Amino acid sequence: MAPSPSEIALQIDGLACRRGGRRVFDRLSFGLGEGELLALTGRNGSGKTTLLRAVAGLVRPDAGTVRWQGADTADDPEAWRDRLAWLGHLDGLKGDLSVAENLSVAQRLRGGAADRLDGALVAFDLRSLAARVVRTLSAGQRRRTALARIVLSAAPLWLLDEPLNALDVPAQQAFRAVLQKHLAAGGLAIAATHAELGVEGARTLELGRA
Amino acid sequence: MSGFTALLVRDLRLVWRRPGDVGVVLAFFVVAVVLFPLGIGPETNTLQRIAAGVLWCAALFAALLSLERLFAADYEDGTLDLLLLAPWPLELAALAKCTSHWIVTGLPLSLLAPVLGVAFGLDGGSLLALFATLLIGTPTLSLIGGLAAALTLGARKSGALLALLALPLCVPTLIFGAGAVETLAAGEGLWTHLAILGALALVALATTPWAIAAALRQAGE
Repeated sequence: MAPSPSEIALQIDGLACRRGGRRVFDRLSFGLGEGELLALTGRNGSGKTTLLRAVAGLVRPDAGTVRWQGADTADDPEAWRDRLAWLGHLDGLKGDLSVAENLSVAQRLRGGAADRLDGALVAFDLRSLAARVVRTLSAGQRRRTALARIVLSAAPLWLLDEPLNALDVPAQQAFRAVLQKHLAAGGLAIAATHAELGVEGARTLELGRA
Repeated sequence: MSGFTALLVRDLRLVWRRPGDVGVVLAFFVVAVVLFPLGIGPETNTLQRIAAGVLWCAALFAALLSLERLFAADYEDGTLDLLLLAPWPLELAALAKCTSHWIVTGLPLSLLAPVLGVAFGLDGGSLLALFATLLIGTPTLSLIGGLAAALTLGARKSGALLALLALPLCVPTLIFGAGAVETLAAGEGLWTHLAILGALALVALATTPWAIAAALRQAGE
């Protein structure tokens, strides 16, 4: 069911992106309301990551706008970045820092307070790993740390590139629980994914079918 | 704590965890400088005359050595995206990175240079002048080098490219830095040279953070 216009927090209008002279997507429009999850699907190279980066403002689109509560996000990029939590295909962790240090540094870089790490650590079963140096962790444990960073950010919009990558079944369940809690609290999320996210009421946008 | 301080503290902590990286730079500086008396011979007059130039050039090369990783490490592990998406100006992040580079390279090189200057037979005044010029001149090297590092981010053979970009831009600083010690030896004052070095540092401070930020945004696309 499409949300009524008043509930729409994020509105994408006529977005177009080129990469290396090739058109990745063109005239892409969708709206996302509070508590909604959009799953981006499509083949490799269909532009899922590019779309996420364009929404975040990391890639400048060739045309189109990204509006948050009616205001063009390009007008005030810093305020926009404050509303985002970003999980790229790279985890964005420093190998020489511990799990807890990585989380607190990421929080401080967002200009936030670095206390209350506990909730995020518990959500992804990272308590026993908190003091471990990230370099010594497995790929799945690193992904869990990166996801804990997202939870900690308290940003209303989560942009997730393949969030389930390298996660085992319990970690996937933990992620689902966290995501559902975020949505229930009125948060929004866009996730590029190959696997089924397993969240009820998720909308799907398939790229690369133009 | 502001984002600037957070980033500076993080980078210093990362260096602290791997002290070998800084050790290699300082060891390179010492070895490069010590090679000159060995190659040129022990005539004190010649050595005194070339000392400032040798120490300045060696400091420049040593500073370049550690610049390649300045942004590349963040680029490779994805933390650069977090800096690009931090809700405060990227220019400040660029400045924080260059500041941390200066603290772990420029500052120790400035302290080390007078010690090596003794081996060249420099007198007390010249050693002090060497320290002062390096202290004021090396921030410029970190800022210009930071720009070159940002511009070459993601390029193949970025180390050589970085040096090609940064070295010509560092020439004014090199001339006035090494020149200061010579003018002092010739019985003239030091202040003009120090003032020019300071001016060069301020120009770099006022321009490079914006250019670095633009280069980083480009690399993030």
